[in-house]
Amino acid sequence: MTVISTTPTAMVAALAAVVWTAPAVAQDLELPRQKIELVAPPFVHPHEQATIEGPKIIEVRIVAEEKEIVIDDQGTRLQAMTFNGSIPAPLIVAHEGDYVEVTLVSAETNTMPHNIDFHAATGASGGGDLTLIGPGEQAVMRWKATRPGVFVYHCIPGGPMIPWHIASGMSGAVMVLPRDGLRDGAGKPLKYDRVYYIGENDFYVPRDSAGKFKSYPSHGDAFADTLELMRKLVPSHVVFNGRVGALTGKNAMPAKVGETVLIIHSQPDRDSRVHIIGGHGDFVWETGKFGNRPEIDVETWFVRGGSASAVLYKFLQPGIYGYVNHNMIEAVELGATAHFKVEGTWSDDLMRQVQAPGPMAPQAKVTAAPPTSTGTVDKRR
Amino acid sequence: MRLAWMIALLVAFAGHAAIFAATPGWRPAPPRMALPDMVEVRPGAFDYRASGEFTRDGRPAPAPRETITIARPLAIMRHQVTAADYRLCVDDGACPPVDGDAAPDRPVVKVSWRDAQAYASWLSRVTAARFRLPSDEEWAYAAASRFRDDGLPDSAYADPGRQALARYDAEVGSDDGNDKEPQPVGTFGANEHGLVDMAGNVWEWTDTCFARVMLDGRGEPAARLTNCGVRLAAGRHRSYVPDFIRDARGGGCSAGAQPSNLGFRLVRDDGGWRGLRRMLAGQ
Repeated sequence: MTVISTTPTAMVAALAAVVWTAPAVAQDLELPRQKIELVAPPFVHPHEQATIEGPKIIEVRIVAEEKEIVIDDQGTRLQAMTFNGSIPAPLIVAHEGDYVEVTLVSAETNTMPHNIDFHAATGASGGGDLTLIGPGEQAVMRWKATRPGVFVYHCIPGGPMIPWHIASGMSGAVMVLPRDGLRDGAGKPLKYDRVYYIGENDFYVPRDSAGKFKSYPSHGDAFADTLELMRKLVPSHVVFNGRVGALTGKNAMPAKVGETVLIIHSQPDRDSRVHIIGGHGDFVWETGKFGNRPEIDVETWFVRGGSASAVLYKFLQPGIYGYVNHNMIEAVELGATAHFKVEGTWSDDLMRQVQAPGPMAPQAKVTAAPPTSTGTVDKRR
Repeated sequence: MRLAWMIALLVAFAGHAAIFAATPGWRPAPPRMALPDMVEVRPGAFDYRASGEFTRDGRPAPAPRETITIARPLAIMRHQVTAADYRLCVDDGACPPVDGDAAPDRPVVKVSWRDAQAYASWLSRVTAARFRLPSDEEWAYAAASRFRDDGLPDSAYADPGRQALARYDAEVGSDDGNDKEPQPVGTFGANEHGLVDMAGNVWEWTDTCFARVMLDGRGEPAARLTNCGVRLAAGRHRSYVPDFIRDARGGGCSAGAQPSNLGFRLVRDDGGWRGLRRMLAGQ
């Protein structure tokens, strides 16, 4: 048929032809299907915290996309690689016993093979072996969510491509909730009013001889210099959600006093140590796995490279909360800082400014000890 | 006899000349450099929100507004000191080298207050005029409609949470989302005085020290503490920055907006002998 027509009948016929020629997907599993539209972090697609329904097949579509992005306010450019265009890739939420059916698509503009390894999945490199595709291709892979918890997923194309693709942004997380929801150590149900997903990434952008960050016309051009820098293990940037300041200022994460927030934090490469400045972790699944009892009242929680943590926190005071990697060098100098912007009523009981900064009381006058002295400061002077 | 008098006079004059040479404003040598492009802002009075942090009766309070009078014409650089301008001072061995790659037509950035001081001394020397950093009051007066009042509503001082949120919103709101990299001179346009790039994306060092002012219950100053290790950088919002810091972008505080860049412009201050002469001439 060579006739070009815009009549509805002809278009339907053409569409039918396309559908007919698409690779057939096995329909062996007779379970209800639910298609999920993934959203860009720090937000998470709508989901049930606990469900009375039986297991389902959760369908998601993930597009591998190579693209250049800006990762700081100075305009530093990174030849990035992404799933669904965001760093980190979207959080996928399922319940224990569900099946997650992933259609991985590689954009036609890509130049490299990509695949996907779900730490939550069992066998065949977490699905990596079954999903290795080139530009313009797609593959479908289904895995069963047998273990409740938050888990990293990432690209794993082989050899030095593995760390490079990960350090270029190709990672995200899955949250497998217990079917009856989260529980504290005594088995009492826990609920959240909001959920945020924060992905931490270390980037390695080479510098020129004058110390300026270099940019490259393509991924291929960036590879050798970047790998050399990666091997030294000193990142140029450590960021939340793909760039310095992605979650501060106008993008600070809102919350209210009295709200319980679930915070998922993933790091595919390096270890991190998360801290809320002025806040705590009420319930902390440090390794991210909900079958374990959560720790309570935690000040800083460790996020092992290659894993994700989950934390519940109820905000008790209004204000601006720094959410940092508590290696403060990484937080302040390299970018690993986010902000929560919390509205509500201040509690004088929890904290009160007894005396605003002002002159020292005369009897309290202290001065630094002279450098030669190792003694203590004499407070009686 | 007459000759002896003349010799005595000459000797006396030479002695005085040495004293004059040490007096600021006296020309020790002819200028080696032309004066920069200056704008003379006419004297006047304006409404000004005091800088620094204030308490009233021991509680955090808004900074008072006051009327400030600028009594003499204010001669201020039309544009910020550029990388090319600063380079001359570095080449002369009088300023510490900073970011060598900066485009010459853009404001010099990554300069500390100390660097700016060094430049002012050098420029005064080579132009035989007298330059210094403006005070915050002078900068605000010159910035005119570009000056942004950083006062928070009284309700913001009710508790630490509201204060943090109000300050955050104000500073985040002043961010125009533009590129943080320094732009060519003139990119941010001129104000009503013809001064370009005021409150653009380069903050400007002032000579004003950080001050903490304790007001009594009637709002009268009861005590004042100043810390001149920290100076005020003026721009889209006020920022207090230690005088040795060259790049405040990274902050150091966990919250709040920081200056995108630190640069400066100078005022010409005809103090000393030249100022006296002007005064005597009734100018």
